[in-house]
Amino acid sequence: MSMAVATETTLSAPSGLAQTETMRGWLRSDGRKGIRNTVVVAYLVECAHHVAREIAIPFREHDVHVIGFPGCYPNPYAERMMERLCTHPNVGAVLLISLGCESFNKYALEKKVRDSGRPVKTIVIQAAGGTRKSMAEGRAFVAEQRAALDEAPTVEMDPSELIIGTVCGGSDGTSGISGNPAAGRAFDQFVAEGAACIFEETGELIGCEHIMAARAVTPELGQILEASVAKAARYYATLGYGSFAAGNAEGGLTTIEEKSMGAYAKSGASPISGLIKPGDVPPHGGLYLLDVVPDGDVRFGFPNINDNAEIAELIACGSHAVLFVTGRGSVVGSAISPVVKICANPETYRRMEDDMDVDAGRIIEGRASLDAVGREIHDLVIDLARGKRTKSEELAHQEFVLGYKSFEPIGPACLPV
Amino acid sequence: MPNPLPDLATVAGATDGRLLLLFEGDNVLVARTRIRAGETLFVAGAEVTLAADLPLGHKLARCPIAAGEKIVKYGAPIGTATEAIAIGTPVHVHNVRSDYTPTYHLMDAVKPGAGA
Repeated sequence: MSMAVATETTLSAPSGLAQTETMRGWLRSDGRKGIRNTVVVAYLVECAHHVAREIAIPFREHDVHVIGFPGCYPNPYAERMMERLCTHPNVGAVLLISLGCESFNKYALEKKVRDSGRPVKTIVIQAAGGTRKSMAEGRAFVAEQRAALDEAPTVEMDPSELIIGTVCGGSDGTSGISGNPAAGRAFDQFVAEGAACIFEETGELIGCEHIMAARAVTPELGQILEASVAKAARYYATLGYGSFAAGNAEGGLTTIEEKSMGAYAKSGASPISGLIKPGDVPPHGGLYLLDVVPDGDVRFGFPNINDNAEIAELIACGSHAVLFVTGRGSVVGSAISPVVKICANPETYRRMEDDMDVDAGRIIEGRASLDAVGREIHDLVIDLARGKRTKSEELAHQEFVLGYKSFEPIGPACLPV
Repeated sequence: MPNPLPDLATVAGATDGRLLLLFEGDNVLVARTRIRAGETLFVAGAEVTLAADLPLGHKLARCPIAAGEKIVKYGAPIGTATEAIAIGTPVHVHNVRSDYTPTYHLMDAVKPGAGA
């Protein structure tokens, strides 16, 4: 029965993404607009992960994405992340999957989603009668929501309404020369158009804190930016490893500060308008630093255990799309928001072209300018709101990871304007 | 096809076009393509022969660098030389340390000149 429901409803084309002349978005009750209209299936503890995945599998190429939190112990950061992700503008409907005995506050999350105007349902596996019954009930809900969302009208959208995040992963000696500065040029263009742009990973800004602080819109914000990097340096020193993987060295990067200088180039040249933390949505256009390193004592391990943990945080801050610069060749995408893969290394691009949206290695080989590749990245993001899909979307990449953290809320000096 | 590596504005005059100078004050150059062991190239006017492959994105010394001197790339210090580095020789984890956190790498397990 459940399989029949799923099969019948998943034979249609991918939902709602006919090519359009202008940018189109789905208008949400908070005024934000989404460039995708995804159904999210969210597990609230690892024990519910399998059921969530099984519910989504028949719809995996039809904008139904699985996210979740594996822990059984409560964590305010994780609950806020889940709330922000389930009410992200790219999300149109939400199915929560609870085992039943976990600590996650499913009632509060369901209420937040309902108050946002989105259809939401919670399935408690223990109450529903186990795996099979939960799967049937879940697939029926997803099929119904998918069909409704496919009919939902869109409205015109402007670049100034976009929030764009950037991350780098699998960096090498080319990242800081081609891909990262090209992403920075795209950021400059978006900021000039009134969009909000977010760069992050303070652990990969170690060594750049002073030049970065000089770009802050107020001296107080400059001090906050420097303090955020000092916090990251302390945190990583306690853990004994920097935000530096073995492959970075194989790719020619020698130290964390060298990697940082390259990573910093993603931020472009605009003034820095504010510092935000995971789940904070930029209040208006401008360039923002996302502080991803927890506050207080080192408690839950590495700040972000991999690139997707960072991508999830950028998306929780409202990012409609994420620019991902890679040199070694990452293949990941993400649940909820499209990931644009910018390949910094021309040799990697030739080897992994199927996974890469932008060939920034042309800059190193003298076949394109930084400005030209920056404009290409910018235009590609605009096209994502006109029906285009990224390579990782076409390949159904929907990675997601969320762990434990703790943060203090940001103070008023973090958002001075 | 014309030379695939035409001059970038930042390439120093007496330096091989396959090497990139990112910032005028830098004491390292970056390989814009893999350069094979045994090849001869000009580095700031000096003729050097590579002992091992220099992969794309890896660095070599633009001038003699003394032990304890800062390595400068992008116009910023990226670490400290742990030994004297001759002009035209590779600059990497074997002769540079971070001024922040030690670099974790598996380069000892990688055959020299690899780095796919």
